[in-house]
Amino acid sequence: MVRNSQQCYSSANFISAEHLDFLHVLITWKSVVSLLRPLLLDVVPSVRQTAALGLGRLADYNVDLAEAVVKAGILPQLVRSLPEENRYYKKTAAFVLRAIAKHSPQLAQAVVQSGALETLVICLEDFDPGVKEGACWAFDYIARHNPELSQAVVEAGAVPLLVLCIQEPEIALKRIAASTLSDISKHSPELAQTVVDAGAIAHLAQMIPNPDAKLKRQVLSALSQIAKHSVDLAELVVEAEIFPVVLTCLKDSDEYVKKNGATLIREIAKHSPELSQLIVNSGGVAAVIDCIGSCRGTVRLPGIMMLGYVAAHSENLSMAVIVSKGIPPLCACLIEEHEDHIKAAAAWALGQIGRHTAEHARHVAGANVLPTLLDIYVDTRSSEDLKMKAKKALKNILQKCTHLPALEPLLHDAPPSIMKHIIGQFSKVLPHDSKARRLFVTTGGLKKVQEIKADAGSLLQEYINAINNCYPEEIVRFYSPGYSEILLERVESYQPVL
Amino acid sequence: MAAASGGREEGGSMAALARLQERLSELREEYFLANRSIDEDRKIKYRAAVKIQSWFRGWRVRAYLRHLNAMVILIQKWWRGYRCRKHFRKMLEIQKRWRGYYVRKYIHNYYALKKYLQAVSVNNAFVRSELQEYVEMKENEEKMKDLEKKEKEKKYQARKMHYLLSTEQIAGIYNSPFRKSPDPMELLLRNSKPLSHRRKQVKSPFAYELYDWPTCKKPPAFVTALPLPPIGRQKPQGPFRDTAEVLWQRYKPLEPTLRVAESINSPLEKAREGIKREEWRNPIHDNEFLPFSSYHKNEDEKYEPSLCKSGKYVREAYGTKHFREVYPNKWIADKDFRTVVPSIFLFEKFGKTYSRAGQIV
Repeated sequence: MVRNSQQCYSSANFISAEHLDFLHVLITWKSVVSLLRPLLLDVVPSVRQTAALGLGRLADYNVDLAEAVVKAGILPQLVRSLPEENRYYKKTAAFVLRAIAKHSPQLAQAVVQSGALETLVICLEDFDPGVKEGACWAFDYIARHNPELSQAVVEAGAVPLLVLCIQEPEIALKRIAASTLSDISKHSPELAQTVVDAGAIAHLAQMIPNPDAKLKRQVLSALSQIAKHSVDLAELVVEAEIFPVVLTCLKDSDEYVKKNGATLIREIAKHSPELSQLIVNSGGVAAVIDCIGSCRGTVRLPGIMMLGYVAAHSENLSMAVIVSKGIPPLCACLIEEHEDHIKAAAAWALGQIGRHTAEHARHVAGANVLPTLLDIYVDTRSSEDLKMKAKKALKNILQKCTHLPALEPLLHDAPPSIMKHIIGQFSKVLPHDSKARRLFVTTGGLKKVQEIKADAGSLLQEYINAINNCYPEEIVRFYSPGYSEILLERVESYQPVL
Repeated sequence: MAAASGGREEGGSMAALARLQERLSELREEYFLANRSIDEDRKIKYRAAVKIQSWFRGWRVRAYLRHLNAMVILIQKWWRGYRCRKHFRKMLEIQKRWRGYYVRKYIHNYYALKKYLQAVSVNNAFVRSELQEYVEMKENEEKMKDLEKKEKEKKYQARKMHYLLSTEQIAGIYNSPFRKSPDPMELLLRNSKPLSHRRKQVKSPFAYELYDWPTCKKPPAFVTALPLPPIGRQKPQGPFRDTAEVLWQRYKPLEPTLRVAESINSPLEKAREGIKREEWRNPIHDNEFLPFSSYHKNEDEKYEPSLCKSGKYVREAYGTKHFREVYPNKWIADKDFRTVVPSIFLFEKFGKTYSRAGQIV
């Protein structure tokens, strides 16, 4: 009899719910839940285990099934019987809890309300690494949804045990514990502080050089979630001596390790100029630039934002970014990438680099960035956000740019809002530089300026007047539109002197 | 009065004169009084006039003085201001130069910035080269791992297909007579040992538990298949039972009760472990005594003599050839033991505190 029921329900598990996609079959499986429920109270331990496993698989597959499992009142029974059972049952029960909690915050709340957190903490204290892993995973999926649930997890006293789990030798356990710490600390600074107080940073920092790629992903993600909240937390992370080890992560073969490494550096750099200075001094900027050059797609995004943040703090840092050859990869990003948000980030970063002084603007303009930005701004397919960022970047750079050959090509196709800045710059530089005046005439710039129609009294008109005042009357008249007609009319009306 | 006196002029001019004379004394008094009052008036008026005039003059002078004062103040003001400003301009000049110098030297030091940027680029180049080396190292490691894996695969294949080795009479498939030299596979076959049929268990059950249980992807194994007997074996001669039956009986799986199977503190496990421990602890020799028939098969498991009996290159003769120490003098020295620790004074007195009267010396 025992064998029979065991084998019957093991066969139920082998027809795993993954193969079934139909709604009426779902309804059938829901009734299976009510069948499985009494088996949880069976005398034979294997039957209990297998029943729990079946419930877990059902809940894992679909939200409705998970809700059915919760509604059938299985959770209190599971939670109550957990401490006396053996390690296989504990693992399976943790699997069930995690399968339910992963779908939505309400289900996770239901799991918490059934008193699962204390039992999961008991599981975390167990000796078997598999049980610990199951419990960690369940905590992870619960804490992921919102700050209140994370707070509940922290109040259950899970954090010190998680920090202990990180130090265990099994890689899978380390991975999942790091992921849990990351999900707990991502919600708010207080939670991050709790994680830091448990001494997590030192252990996480020690695991950065580990060769396992998935572990590195989780560790870097955890550190970046901690560092992102405030300057103090970022300084604490930096004090754990992650530089320059983190830079080796930027050269890893796994794309997501690179992305998370760049995210970590970005979160540290964005808080204050001193931290950015530290990163520049340790060569972080060069590593990030190389990383941007070698990746494609969303993986580049944190690196681009990091360069923008570093350059935004002060002009010396911005010059350091320029000197580390940061502008060509950013320009390449602008041109190559298809996603709008990455282009917007690249445009923003270039704006931050070029906005400080004329030198910076010259470097940025020299990389042939301005026509690209203008194209993006004018392009109808760009999203609103992208257009706005491109415009702001253009404005910032143009207001400082005194390098006229770079401004030249923009004259010809700029829309009026940008034109005013370009003409403004010309009007500032031309009165003082005679060679530039000559060049301006020969390259057809003066002609273009005459063709611009501006409202009288507007800023644009003032700039145009300032430019016209730099040149003698004849030239201005020569280049004004319709001059050839005027001349021809004069020819027509001329009475030849016989 | 005049009319009355005029009317009575002819007859009354004498009377008028008398009347006038009567009033003469009064007249004098009147005249005196009138002059006196006028005099006093005049004095008062005079004093008043003087007062007024003095006041007015004083006011005028004061006004003039005030005006002068104001002018003086104005002029002094302007003068002092001008002087201070001149002085200030001189000071300002100095301060300007000082501030420019200070800012250029310490705050916006152009040359320091230039040096810093150069240092940054040098550091960047260094970091880049280091990272490049790291990447190359990783790639090399991966390549080595791949190569090793391939080598292992090849060797395993060679061992498995050892029967394809060419013999004296028949050339194997890798050693075609039309080739100039044998195929590398042939050489590999020559160097490899034939694979014995028993392969070691690769997966440990512990690893299986860890990685598959939490994801609950692999089901708990319910072993139901029986081990099959080898194919085509000759039935051994003699009154033996059927091989399949024998094997079934011999390899019948353990069917412990569930209580025993699931509890890690089961007495069966403990008993087994106890026996194992005893066995591990007791033997003198690690390798069990091997049967002679398989002596040549497993050549790497040779008989190793015990440590006590093996000398540097050969087995020691002591214990088999001779049993007594040959050079006794090696071990007997003429020097007595050297005391390292100073003797305890109290113990020196042992047996010597009392007299030696009763002792046999």
